[in-house]
Amino acid sequence: MPEANAAFQQIKNDALDHVQRFYDGSKPVIMVGTATCGRAAGALEVLGVIRKALDKEHVDAAVLEVGCMGHCYAEPLVIINKPGHPAMAYGYVTPEIAQRLVRDYVIGEDPSLEFTLGALEENDLIPSIYDLPRYSYEQHIILTNCGYIDPEDIRQYIAKGGYEALDRALRMQPQEIVDEVRESGLRGRGGAGFPTWQKWEACRDAPSKPRYVICNGDEGDPGAFMDRAILESDPHQVIEGMVIAAYAVGARYGYIYVRAEYPLAVRRVQIALRQARSLGLLGRNILGSGFNFDIKLFQGSGAFVCGEETALIASIEGKPGIPRYRPPFPAVSGLHGKPTLIDNVKTLAYLPQIINNGSEWFAGIGTEGSRGTAVFALAGKVINTGLTEVPMGTTLRQIIFDIGGGIPNGKRFKAVQIGGPSGGCLPEAALDLPVDFDSLSEAGAMMGSGGMVVLDEDDCMVEVARYFLEFTQRESCGKCTMCRLGTKHMLEMLTDITQGRGRVEDMETLQELAEDIKAGSLCGLGKTAPNPILTTLKYFRDEYEAHIKEKRCPALMCHDLIAYYILPDKCERSCDACVGTCTVEAISSNRKGIKVIDQEKCVKCNTCLDACPPQYNAVIRLSPPELVPASKDKK
Amino acid sequence: MTEEPKQILQGTGKVLKEFSKKKENLVPILQQVQNQLGYIPREAMLEIADYLGIPDMDVYSVVTFYNQFRRNPPGKHSIRVCLGTACHMKGGYIVLDAWKRRLGIEQGGTTPDREFDLDTVACVGCCAMAPVTVVDTEVEGKTSPTRVDGILLSYKLEKEKGSKGKGKGKSKGKAKSKSNG
Repeated sequence: MPEANAAFQQIKNDALDHVQRFYDGSKPVIMVGTATCGRAAGALEVLGVIRKALDKEHVDAAVLEVGCMGHCYAEPLVIINKPGHPAMAYGYVTPEIAQRLVRDYVIGEDPSLEFTLGALEENDLIPSIYDLPRYSYEQHIILTNCGYIDPEDIRQYIAKGGYEALDRALRMQPQEIVDEVRESGLRGRGGAGFPTWQKWEACRDAPSKPRYVICNGDEGDPGAFMDRAILESDPHQVIEGMVIAAYAVGARYGYIYVRAEYPLAVRRVQIALRQARSLGLLGRNILGSGFNFDIKLFQGSGAFVCGEETALIASIEGKPGIPRYRPPFPAVSGLHGKPTLIDNVKTLAYLPQIINNGSEWFAGIGTEGSRGTAVFALAGKVINTGLTEVPMGTTLRQIIFDIGGGIPNGKRFKAVQIGGPSGGCLPEAALDLPVDFDSLSEAGAMMGSGGMVVLDEDDCMVEVARYFLEFTQRESCGKCTMCRLGTKHMLEMLTDITQGRGRVEDMETLQELAEDIKAGSLCGLGKTAPNPILTTLKYFRDEYEAHIKEKRCPALMCHDLIAYYILPDKCERSCDACVGTCTVEAISSNRKGIKVIDQEKCVKCNTCLDACPPQYNAVIRLSPPELVPASKDKK
Repeated sequence: MTEEPKQILQGTGKVLKEFSKKKENLVPILQQVQNQLGYIPREAMLEIADYLGIPDMDVYSVVTFYNQFRRNPPGKHSIRVCLGTACHMKGGYIVLDAWKRRLGIEQGGTTPDREFDLDTVACVGCCAMAPVTVVDTEVEGKTSPTRVDGILLSYKLEKEKGSKGKGKGKSKGKAKSKSNG
């Protein structure tokens, strides 16, 4: 292979120079995670406080915004890298704590261990964050830079080895790249797990031109935020992967398709594209290789079905996002009828490292059929919500209990919902399943794009199924009859069950309808929409039966099947907490001073249960509602 | 009454100038028009169809297909209740009920005084802070029915303060307008 490209060497040296000047060891560097999750927790306020405090004290320090480290539960996160000290990560930083950190650690010498999550490098004094149990399971490939670099500065990415793979790839034959990807065993991370190289080869062998590459960032699953975090934290990784893919298949134009609901990701991708173009890493004659490729950003308009590749293409063409029959596959006839390669954000993000480290390295991670790592977004009833990247084959138990820290408030684990509306709910018995493409499908769920919502004993499984059905029913584009009408019927049946109007034969009908919808739908949305019902029927049939036969919600969640009640012997008579907070004035004191809920007025908003002081715990939920004793007060 | 259609045509025209007459620009045009006007009125749809040389129906079908586009004017403040999986399981539907009850409107509606509009959003990705409501651009984590009342009260107070402040500052103006009335 010829020597590194002189043009790239120059770019790299400039970037290294810049970054070294920045981290010259003379001044502290403070990083604040300002991805969307951090912002929601108040990161921008913390950033403002830090800047102001440094200004006021005339401290020479560099402050930069970084992306998401994956520890969303501990947001806002701040990293302080002080010369002569190990870099420290701080979690749950409020403006007050930020003020103290500046005063005590940046200016003073006290590393404020009470606020720290750990040091970011091994040292003799302070426990490292990598000693946390989660790090013995995690292996970061595409999350490596997330949270450690400024996503709005391309030089930081280049200084970490970014765009080296592109330089290397441009000096390879396109076929060599396809071979490398084939040997790595990379499968598409969008959910279906289709072998990446097969798409590539089909696209490259298609005769017509121009060819397109589309990055699918239409992450519509509620409860999934991996793609958002990657685009917000390390967008160049995805762009570099896209250019490599484009070179391998001989594409001329590309689109990054991002949901409009992710305004920060949209902005950061736009900045990244501009910077890459200005350095000649994108556009005409990339790095002097004679290869031309440019990328446009397209904002998706909020339709879940557009995650399906043919629907996504239709929406770029200015049409409603309705999928069409395949074949022809987009690799042969896609955007404007031309060969189009569509890959998920994460799939493309793996490419630079596969090119840099070789296919053998990647194939050595994970399991036989599923190579590499998987990124999951942990949410719901789990202590450490956030992002995690683990080798394929890690078990659900390890992810939820060792990485996620288990269930909060001492509650019991009930199920884990994987793969969003297309996936399913797996019970405790399935916790030792290794997570990879094939074993999850066997259990009735699917990898999906990687959203994982943990449910505990307070969550009603029938309601979970109803919730997902409501979503898929609304998002069905209406093309296939089974999907359009079938999901609506199933939703009506489930709604009846959760409202106490279910019939025993409904379970049978649901099962049958579910199978029919799977068979009679064109795209992934319809084919997978029944999964939440099928899995809950399979693993939690007793809950369906309780709703139907006893009109009882075992998890005390379904509104129409529960009532709030104040236990008279527990109610502290001089306390008025519930009366004051009731949002509809449904609670009053009776003659003895005991609080009584007017069931007619009650809207079941749970406020009284939250308000009742823990030492009394007098407010309870009863199901079925008939269990509430008739009030003796009324005469 | 005639003021509003004029503004709509002006706003739409401004957006159209920046796009070529290609059908694939339809979605980006609609997004820009919504940015300008806050919604996509009928007049704007007709204007866009005319500009791109496509049937009115095609524009309408795209506007109604995608969740992002709204066809009624937004309120001054937008309330978006997140109903992602995590938020739903942690009581997002209870929060939505509370907003509906307090504002007296349904999902997708705008209060008659055009002060608030209410809608849901599939997921804003802040699952760690569920249940979440996005008020304008501010993400409110762990919203409860009492927090809903609190948020509304703060807007009410702000509005009262605002109008009082105005009254004080421009007492002459106010008096004048009164005499005019």
